[in-house]
Amino acid sequence: MNVSNLIRISYNAILRNKTRSLLTMLGIIIGISSVIAMVSLGQSSQQNINEQISTMGTNLIMVMRANQRKGGVSMGNSNVQSLTVKDCELIKNKCKNVSLVSPMVSANGQIVRGNYNWSGSMQGGDIDYLQIRKYEISKGTNFTEEDVAKYNKVCLIGQTIVENMFAEGENPIGQTIRFKSIPFKVIGILEEKGENQMGQDQDDIVIAPYSTVMKRLLATTYIHMIYASAKSEEVAETATQEITQVLRQSHKIQNGGTDDFDVRTQAELLSMMNSVSGFLTVLLAAIASISLIVGGIGIMNIMYVTVTERTKEIGLRTAIGARGKDIMFQFLIESSMLSLVGGIIGIIFGLVISYVASALLKWPFVISTVSVLLSFLVCAATGIFFGWYPAKKAANLDPITALRYE
Amino acid sequence: MAAIIRIENLKRDFQVGSEVVHALKGVSFEINEGEFVSIMGTSGSGKSTMLNILGCLDKPTGGEYYIDEIAVSVRSKDELAFVRNRKIGFVFQSYNLLARTSAIENVELPLLYNHEISAKERHERAVYALEQVGLQDRMGHMPNQLSGGQQQRVAIARAIVNNPVILLADEATGNLDTRTSYEIMSLFQKLHAEGKSIVFVTHEPDIAEFTSRTIMLRDGRVMKDYSNTPKSAQAALEALPPSDDY
Repeated sequence: MNVSNLIRISYNAILRNKTRSLLTMLGIIIGISSVIAMVSLGQSSQQNINEQISTMGTNLIMVMRANQRKGGVSMGNSNVQSLTVKDCELIKNKCKNVSLVSPMVSANGQIVRGNYNWSGSMQGGDIDYLQIRKYEISKGTNFTEEDVAKYNKVCLIGQTIVENMFAEGENPIGQTIRFKSIPFKVIGILEEKGENQMGQDQDDIVIAPYSTVMKRLLATTYIHMIYASAKSEEVAETATQEITQVLRQSHKIQNGGTDDFDVRTQAELLSMMNSVSGFLTVLLAAIASISLIVGGIGIMNIMYVTVTERTKEIGLRTAIGARGKDIMFQFLIESSMLSLVGGIIGIIFGLVISYVASALLKWPFVISTVSVLLSFLVCAATGIFFGWYPAKKAANLDPITALRYE
Repeated sequence: MAAIIRIENLKRDFQVGSEVVHALKGVSFEINEGEFVSIMGTSGSGKSTMLNILGCLDKPTGGEYYIDEIAVSVRSKDELAFVRNRKIGFVFQSYNLLARTSAIENVELPLLYNHEISAKERHERAVYALEQVGLQDRMGHMPNQLSGGQQQRVAIARAIVNNPVILLADEATGNLDTRTSYEIMSLFQKLHAEGKSIVFVTHEPDIAEFTSRTIMLRDGRVMKDYSNTPKSAQAALEALPPSDDY
């Protein structure tokens, strides 16, 4: 008995029951297509996150204020006053792997100009702030060291502010906007950046010299954050250690004492986001695999019914010279064919679903070769695993009883 | 003439609950090449058991059965499948054709289990077999598009396609009306005339009259074994009153 004959026999048997074969395959189709779609979408979202984080700069280091307890009273992260402009200068002077440093202070408030008003936030930074945060100027100029030294009321605005505070075609450069009733002169417009991975609009921003924001808006001597750039992505980790050391020294934190600041890199953020979306992908794929198992049981169920229903056919095949293993292979090939064809249709379906979904979400479309190959293997295994028991049953039928079966 | 079937003191016991039923109690006979034998008997006479053993679907508990000089009782299951595929052609009472499968594909079926035969030869032999039973115009028809007699002809074509040494028919006319039965018997007589050896199991005496030898079984033993001059099925067919069905 050669294999091509067996395949021919099984193929004919499947064609004889088109509707039933299709319904049987449906379980596998749904299972495989959901696995493929889930894995592919999960990877799209991961790639999407990676791309967005790298637009923020992969060598970015952020120093934040950290919770501190004073006499048992927890201060919370945002009320801690631990970072100062002096810290920035120390980092700039002492950390060899840090190229740029800028303090950051932010204030929320209403922006008003004539009839227009907009609730926004103002970020105060040093002259290097734009470069560290990867903002470009599309029109106008950055503020100067002189502006910083003299607390000049100048600002740079993002596209969202331009759209909401100015009429179309109006040139914002040189105009004045009021932030918390303090007039600021617009000296530059930022290049559009879009949303970040958290869905925040990065163009809804006003940037001014940190000294101006600290003195004129907040009346504080502390800063909120320090932004720094490592010389390259590779030394980001070393730079982080240097900054920690410098700050511990400057804040006089004893060995074993808790830091009153928190140094974070984009790599940490990236791995955190990746682990979240990776976990979601695994979770969704796991749910989808359950439907694959249900599909496999569907195949087993149908094959089992088929064996009973075709008892007479099995008897006849045995009578005309089919051996037990011929019968067994016939049913195994039938179930494998059902699951493989179902699997191929499922893979195509899954890819179409993820293509459409990623197009709608404006995510990059990722085909995971591994998941496609894996589903293919799973299909073959499903067919053989769930076809085995019915096939064995068919092969062990007694030909005399089978021939007389009604 | 060479004996293609030789049975020596054949016994077959069945265990039914705690009792042992002796279906065959020592049967011996030979069938030579080119014979047209009917095995007759009432139900319970052991003729079904006899047929199962003759068809290598069952093994005797005692005695020996030789088909084409092959001793059956010592063969494995797979070897018996091989013997059935190459040496035996089955014709059943209920035709046993595969549904939704064309006549030609049904006839090709035994050859699919013979890997020595190419697809081309398989097709040619199936066409030839269908020509022999007079169904050359019905090759692409499905079983449900064929009458009972035509279905039985397809089954006969399937039985002869592998050039068996013996053709085993089990009540092959049992489901057919008299006219069609005679037509089928006429076809068997034609195949016999062409040199085929045929064993026909039946309980109808008038069907047995068309064969050249009758073996009568009763209670698991051969009661009578006699030769007779076969009646012509063709003549019997012509003698039937014209049917007013059409």
